[in-house]
Amino acid sequence: MASSETVPAGGHRARGLAPFLRSQMRNIAPFLTLIFLSAFFAIASPSFATLDNFGNILTQVSVTGIIAVGLTFVILCAEIDLSIASIANVTGIAVAYFTLQESYVNIANVPMPGAVAIVLAILLCALLGLVNALGLTVIGIPSFIMTLAMMQIAAGISALLVRGQIAYKVPSLITTLGSGSIGGIPWIVIVAAVMLLGGHLVLTYTRFGRYVYMVGGNREAAEYSGLNVKLILGAVMVISAVCSGIGGMLGVAHFGSAQQNEFDTYLLDSIAAVVVGGTSLFGGRGGIGNTIVGLFVLGVLNNGLDHVNIDSFLKILIRGLILLAALVINVYAQRLREKATD
Amino acid sequence: MPEGRQPILELQGITKSFGGVEALRGVDFALHAGEIHGLVGENGAGKSTLMKIIAGVHTEFSGRFLIDGQEAHLRSARDARAAGIAMVHQELSVAPDLTVAENVFLGNQPTNALGLVQWRRMAREAGEQLARFGIDVDPMSRLGDLPIGLQQLIEIARVLFSGARIVILDEPTSALSPPEVERLFATLRRLREEGTAIVFISHFIEDILRVSDTVTVFRNGRKVAETAASATSKGALIEAMIGRGGEALEHSYTDDLMLPQAGDGSVVLKADQLSLARSLQEVSFEARAGEVLGIYGFMGCGQQELSRILFGKLKPDSGALIVDGAARSFASTAAARRAGIALVPESRRAMLFHQEPVYKNVSISILDRISSLLLKPAQERDIARRQVEQLQIRPPVVGLDLGMLSGGNQQKVALAKWLTYPPKLLVLCEPTRGMDVGAKNDVINIVRDLRARGLAIIVLSTEPETVLSLADRILVLKRGAVVREFRNEPVSKDRLLEAA
Repeated sequence: MASSETVPAGGHRARGLAPFLRSQMRNIAPFLTLIFLSAFFAIASPSFATLDNFGNILTQVSVTGIIAVGLTFVILCAEIDLSIASIANVTGIAVAYFTLQESYVNIANVPMPGAVAIVLAILLCALLGLVNALGLTVIGIPSFIMTLAMMQIAAGISALLVRGQIAYKVPSLITTLGSGSIGGIPWIVIVAAVMLLGGHLVLTYTRFGRYVYMVGGNREAAEYSGLNVKLILGAVMVISAVCSGIGGMLGVAHFGSAQQNEFDTYLLDSIAAVVVGGTSLFGGRGGIGNTIVGLFVLGVLNNGLDHVNIDSFLKILIRGLILLAALVINVYAQRLREKATD
Repeated sequence: MPEGRQPILELQGITKSFGGVEALRGVDFALHAGEIHGLVGENGAGKSTLMKIIAGVHTEFSGRFLIDGQEAHLRSARDARAAGIAMVHQELSVAPDLTVAENVFLGNQPTNALGLVQWRRMAREAGEQLARFGIDVDPMSRLGDLPIGLQQLIEIARVLFSGARIVILDEPTSALSPPEVERLFATLRRLREEGTAIVFISHFIEDILRVSDTVTVFRNGRKVAETAASATSKGALIEAMIGRGGEALEHSYTDDLMLPQAGDGSVVLKADQLSLARSLQEVSFEARAGEVLGIYGFMGCGQQELSRILFGKLKPDSGALIVDGAARSFASTAAARRAGIALVPESRRAMLFHQEPVYKNVSISILDRISSLLLKPAQERDIARRQVEQLQIRPPVVGLDLGMLSGGNQQKVALAKWLTYPPKLLVLCEPTRGMDVGAKNDVINIVRDLRARGLAIIVLSTEPETVLSLADRILVLKRGAVVREFRNEPVSKDRLLEAA
């Protein structure tokens, strides 16, 4: 057997370096973007390349990172989840709703013991994810539309729970994980790192992870291979909602309050992090490693722009242009890869 | 055959090759105004290639192309349309979400001076045109809501009434019911009276004989016969299509082959009166362990739908599937797989992951047998290596992306997916299509080996050789119904074609 494998087992290398690089374009390009941005800001501002600021960037991307774990699963399956920010918001509000608030917070809430509040909040986001899953797989609504509706539904539940008020108290476990730190490292960074690692392990080493890649790579083939495609799609929608919910609960503790529309920017940030990192919008390619690079690109960009002296209104435009460039690379890398394989 | 007049279209010495394989070799073809010209030949004989040259789809070929005696150079399908040539392809190409009228006028809606669509005029004219065709539908209804046969008729009507002088119809009748076929033929005859030249390609030789003036037969890229329809017969045409003597490289199955005594293996699957819309009508059969059941029929006869029903991808409108004695209704393909049924569809793209390595392709359907929560990549590679060795897949590198393998080797990988833990019933669609002789023989040997191991196997094919080389028992499917069963009796290619 060994003698017959004279061709290098990697397969790619047999075709030479250039095709290999072409096929890896998706992974290389975001990394180069990250290095370029970091170098640029390090030169442009003395306050950027410091250990303190690195800690800032980590903290700033943590909530996005937690949400992006679940979204990576969804995008790997060539679906999308537009309800992540709303579900994060409603879960954060729910956990406050089930916690005893100060007397001046005028909402008719239902205080529970801390652990119960957390469990109820998680159940809520899992339930909303399940509704997404059923809409997508049983009824057959495209995920783009289904989760657009869920975005409204979750926002609506949020509005009913807080009624325009702001709640400040959450269970102490959530307060610690969201805003506390241990040995100088914020807990929220640790949670994000653990969840990203967990997501990576699931995608790489479990049967379910393999199924996610195969369903994303060729859904028809997955079905003809006898996989339960609907079950897998449903599962990723629930995973996405639960990750969003956890991000929302910790985010509320991190910001110090729970209120309507608190997470709106996280929808685009999370999608951007996953896609800029090089995970294919067409499914089947990419992973948590890519998402981490994407998170750093976004984090460095947002943070770095604050360190250099630019018109703050121009920053929004610059951000948009850099994201566009990353998306162009994503689509282009997909084509290069298809050429390398066909 | 109108002799002496100048043909409206004439092709001389056409040769066309695809990557070194000659699809057409020195073919002459002439078409006259007011003529219906039937074309017959086996799959891959060159009919479609020739028609695509005429319709401007293939533009690279050698030979002369004359329209009205003038040399013409078509560079695109658009050029062909400008020259008055229109083609109805075998696959439906309509816009189901547009109205019937919009489909009839697709691309040239009547507009007023402002460029706005004149809906009322369009609806009225579409209605009049379709009425001439004997179709009575509301021109403003959504096309996709109509039955498939009617959609096909409307598409044909659109092309026939587009003002083209030369109309090519590729398998127009396969989705039509007998009364619809009558309507089509009546219209074709009327257009012939008006001077249109029509090329009619079909596997249904009776249809060809009924409507054509002239019939041309293709075999292996050559024109082997051209005759007046009134001067030939179904038998003669089939003989010309298949050829006698040692011309074919392979066993040609022109002589009778004796099917074996029916086996006494247990019934693994029983299909009871399966019906599906217009595709299948009360199809019943049994698949037995240690037996290969061949199901033969022309393109569009319902084979594809039948195979999807067996694997839980489609749900029949009525009828039952009985697996190991219990009636089953599969909620998903996963349920069918767990019940011991495996399917290899006709398209490799539909069941393989081209961007993934070979070993992941081989293991995907059996992952739940070899690992529970965590993957065992080393074991996956071992299993893949064993299959690669057994099936002689080249190159024998399980880490190579599947897309780097040749078509025949990909087909073997598609089979390999099911072989480590063999199913009870293996359903193979077109298992040897597009393969060279060596790969074909490999696949035939694999299937025989599986039969010997006691699997029940169903082979569905539109190629008679495939069914004849593999099957112990043969069903012939025609327009969704089982019309003939061959068992324990002599069978040959002629007999199969005769039945279908």
